[in-house]
Amino acid sequence: MYIYILRRLLATIPIMALVAVFVFMLLHLSPGDPAVIIAGDFATEDQVDRIREQLGLNDPLYVQFGGWMINLLQGDMGNSIYSGMPVTKLIGQRVEPTLMLTLCTMVIAISLAIPLGVIAAWKVGTWIDRVVMTLAVFGFSVPVFVIGYLLILGGSRTLGWFPVQGYTSIFDSIPGFLSHITLPALTLGAVYMALIARMTRATMLEVLNEDYVRTAYAKGLATRKVLVKHALKNAMVPISTTIGLGVALLIGGVVVTESVFAIPGLGRLTVDAVLRTDYPVIQGVILVFSFTYVLLNLLIDLTYVFFDPRIRY
Amino acid sequence: MSLQVQELSFGARLRHRIGVVADSFQRNPTMLFGVVVLLLMAGSAFLAPWMGLPEPMQQSPRDRLQSPSSDAFFGTDMYGRDLFSRVLHGGQVSLLVGLSVAALATSIGLFIGLISGFIRSVDAVIMRLMDALMSIPSILLAIALVALWGSSVQNVILALTIPEVPRVVRLVRSVVLMLRDQLYVQAAIACGTSTPRILIRHILPNTIPPLIVQATYICAQAVIFEAYLSFVGAGTPPEIPSWGNIMAEGRMFFFQTAGIILYPGAFLALTVFAINTFGDGLRDALDPRMQRRV
Amino acid sequence: MPKTVLADVVTRSARTIALSTPFALAGLMSAALPVGAQSVLKVVPHADLRNVDPIWTTAYITRNHAYLVFDTLFALDENLEVQPQMAAGHEVSEDGLTYTITLRDGLTFHDGSDVTAEDVVASITRWGARDGMGQKLMRVTESLEAADEKTVVLTLSEPYGLVLQSLGKISSNVPFIMPKRLADTDPNAQIDEIIGSGPFRFVADEWQPGNQVVYEKFEEYVPRDEPASYAAGGKVANVDRVEWRYIPDAATASQALLAGEVDYYEQPAVDLLPMIQSDPTINVETVDPLGTQGVIRFNFKYPPFDDKRARQAALWAVEQADYMYSIMGDPQYFEEFCGAYFMCGGPYETDIGSEPLRGKDIEKATALLEESGYDGREILILDPTDIPVAHGQALVTAQALREIGMNVRLVAMDWATMTSRRAVREAPEDGGWNIFPTWWLAADQLNPITNISVAASGDDAWFGWPENEKIEDLRNAFAQETDPDRQMEIVEELQAELYDFVPYIPTGQYYQPTAFRDNVKGVLEAPVPFFWNISVE
Repeated sequence: MYIYILRRLLATIPIMALVAVFVFMLLHLSPGDPAVIIAGDFATEDQVDRIREQLGLNDPLYVQFGGWMINLLQGDMGNSIYSGMPVTKLIGQRVEPTLMLTLCTMVIAISLAIPLGVIAAWKVGTWIDRVVMTLAVFGFSVPVFVIGYLLILGGSRTLGWFPVQGYTSIFDSIPGFLSHITLPALTLGAVYMALIARMTRATMLEVLNEDYVRTAYAKGLATRKVLVKHALKNAMVPISTTIGLGVALLIGGVVVTESVFAIPGLGRLTVDAVLRTDYPVIQGVILVFSFTYVLLNLLIDLTYVFFDPRIRY
Repeated sequence: MSLQVQELSFGARLRHRIGVVADSFQRNPTMLFGVVVLLLMAGSAFLAPWMGLPEPMQQSPRDRLQSPSSDAFFGTDMYGRDLFSRVLHGGQVSLLVGLSVAALATSIGLFIGLISGFIRSVDAVIMRLMDALMSIPSILLAIALVALWGSSVQNVILALTIPEVPRVVRLVRSVVLMLRDQLYVQAAIACGTSTPRILIRHILPNTIPPLIVQATYICAQAVIFEAYLSFVGAGTPPEIPSWGNIMAEGRMFFFQTAGIILYPGAFLALTVFAINTFGDGLRDALDPRMQRRV
Repeated sequence: MPKTVLADVVTRSARTIALSTPFALAGLMSAALPVGAQSVLKVVPHADLRNVDPIWTTAYITRNHAYLVFDTLFALDENLEVQPQMAAGHEVSEDGLTYTITLRDGLTFHDGSDVTAEDVVASITRWGARDGMGQKLMRVTESLEAADEKTVVLTLSEPYGLVLQSLGKISSNVPFIMPKRLADTDPNAQIDEIIGSGPFRFVADEWQPGNQVVYEKFEEYVPRDEPASYAAGGKVANVDRVEWRYIPDAATASQALLAGEVDYYEQPAVDLLPMIQSDPTINVETVDPLGTQGVIRFNFKYPPFDDKRARQAALWAVEQADYMYSIMGDPQYFEEFCGAYFMCGGPYETDIGSEPLRGKDIEKATALLEESGYDGREILILDPTDIPVAHGQALVTAQALREIGMNVRLVAMDWATMTSRRAVREAPEDGGWNIFPTWWLAADQLNPITNISVAASGDDAWFGWPENEKIEDLRNAFAQETDPDRQMEIVEELQAELYDFVPYIPTGQYYQPTAFRDNVKGVLEAPVPFFWNISVE
């Protein structure tokens, strides 16, 4: 098992290296000159040239890449072109809101979607199944920001229950945190919930046809026990794969949700950086997101042992 | 001989499948609903120029933000442009993006997937590249690409296509790996049939049904992602209406004239809903066991 | 054996976690500073503060930030007269060539050091290398020296009418005074620390680009005794903290104001005002009485707009009302028509030569365009879609130019990208441009010297790089002239030439309202949003 973990960890290294190469090439082969941006409003050609020289933008690409990689391995992602702050510091400032938003969304989505999916599979073909599945397809179909605005309209404007925007740290005030995070988490959760509910239903349907489930029923076990202990536990492997892969959707949604609710997280940082072609920040954020995504999915792979004792590493 | 038999049975299977699809319309009314909505959306979008509507880009600053009336069914936007006309025309870009991304991603993915699945020597390299590409969250990648390349419909299509390719590659590759060990393929190899010929005659046809289903999902996703890109300011040029950028431009007015987001939003949601239900129906009809997506 | 490998891996990953935790925690902590019972003014500024050096950039957001942190030698009051601010007073020699300026007592920088004449000399020198008006002043400056701790002596090589107007300039770039060690920074590089002697202190630890900027009251600041008036008078800090919260989504920002989550919304979109005003606890006021001028700028280096007939054609093709309805909507907030290049309501207002702007004349415009030899080439209009004022102007211009037969392409981008794209001198097809939209505050446009968009000195001029000797001669004549009547005559002659030469299209004059909750008292009427004098209940 440990050997397996080690092997999987090692396998992520070339992937991350490829991501790094990819991100670097992407940015450096694109039009737009960071030196011009840095030089500012009234810079002359000479000044721009000098900045280009300072940044090493005149060096061959592989030299630039090498330098960048060496710094990266030492935890230095360079400085933002716009604010001049270190990228690691910018990212550090923004980690908490995004982490909390994603975690809350996952908790809400998973705790709602799996039961719904199980019920839909159990009552397959009935109106309950149809309603749940139609809702799920709708969750896929409505853009995140439309959901966000509708929730602000309902939850903040009309009912006045939740603040419109912003973020309060959980370390400052727990009620403040909860009231700020609810609407964004629901907004972000819609697609994710739809995804998990569909997957749960589909795998449950497969599992429910298996012999051991029929045996369990035949033994006279209560429906709930069969559904949860026998069927769901076995369906959890593909479901957790979906939960992991779905995080990519969440990350995309975070970018939009944080804009709607003015949450100072990594998503907003990404959008701002991208719109200003702030190369070092774009590189940093994409790397951090990708790395988290890869590690998370690795972690989920490792939980399979828990759900399915047949799996050994 | 065995080849002949296989082809015949494949043709028969195809006819059978078409029959199944037709049947499933009767058994599955939501799928029928999906197709009807889709046809309506596409029809209204591509026939919009001949419907005698105001030009979707014609500004009229003094008539801005009008409420819906018999002149302008959905009212006007902040530059006095007719919202109904813009929403209908907007369907053109959104559907074009959706269909192109689906077509491009499946054909590129099919090509790479066939190669990767059949030619052992490049498989590892290709799959590592695909893994790397897949570990960058797709919207993030698309936003970065459009922002760097500049906003145009072509760039949006390309940027949305690239992140989808690895998923198609994986799907195609898994089908190829499964088929490669089948007896008739082994037989064809033994007979000295050339690789391209094997790929085209024996393997390709079997990848089509799952690919069509996958394409519907990619298409639905691309229509939504186009809206996301526009929303964060890295989408199609705002002047050309698409559902995404009508909503993006109008978001400021949501709390006063909700229609500016809700009308295009409803068109978009209905369309995506229709594509998804159509895709679900196809999947159930073509391959009941193929239920895993993402 | 495998066990040791394993143990190694475990300790190693534990170490990584241990290493990364303080870093993560530090990030968490910085967001978690308690505020206590301080009075806080929460502001939604008009843009994100990206650069903190007000000499390096002309961005208005940086200027507004700098007014909190830095102080100025002289300052403009509401009668548009220059008053001493850090200066106790000044003397001019009889020949008008020597200005002796004395600093008032009690001036301290935020790092605790005293403000000295050396700091002033260094600051003015750096500003003079960067700012347009500063460069003009430096051209006639023979020497700028510190005579003693508190006395600065400026010696000119020839008489110059705008010395105090330059040093008391209210808008970008403002000659802010910084410590010598910062002012010695290369004018083309940004300062790396924000230490001023103004009424508020910049809290560097809490600055989160893209999200928030925080200022704290500087207890040792000694305000002047006079009442505050524009940038002049006593800058009394009545709140302990000023927090800027950048909210890019206008709808969200106004909802935040309505919900009381912020107190002061610098530039709400006029379209959102009816909604904001439906709440009686919110005041909407036009804080800047002078207004703002919309600007459509041409690129003079490339056809078709290198020919003045093409520019005149554009002038005949547009109508100010179209622009103003597009970007402001409510006629309450703009002038029906303003034909003055140097602003309506300003000291140099005149409508000489403005006929082409009064109404559309498509026939005339088409004819002029044809005369200019326009060959149907593609015209690139930069379109910053994130700034409604600029985006609206781009759209209206595109439609008007298409109407007279131009082949127009709008190039969508965000504002920040546009500010670097407009600096590109290459041909439009090589990454350059033909037209870009922007706006200038009246405070910048009021006279021919500060209005840098009329400057026509070729490659040295503002983006677009027009060249016209007559205009430059008239601007220089204006600068040297001290008699107001004669100055007005020069302006009239200049404006007639401007309408013929068309350095840019003034697309109208509008007034940007500001919204704040009624617990905010003492908001000053001024062209720049100042945060002193304001208290929060």
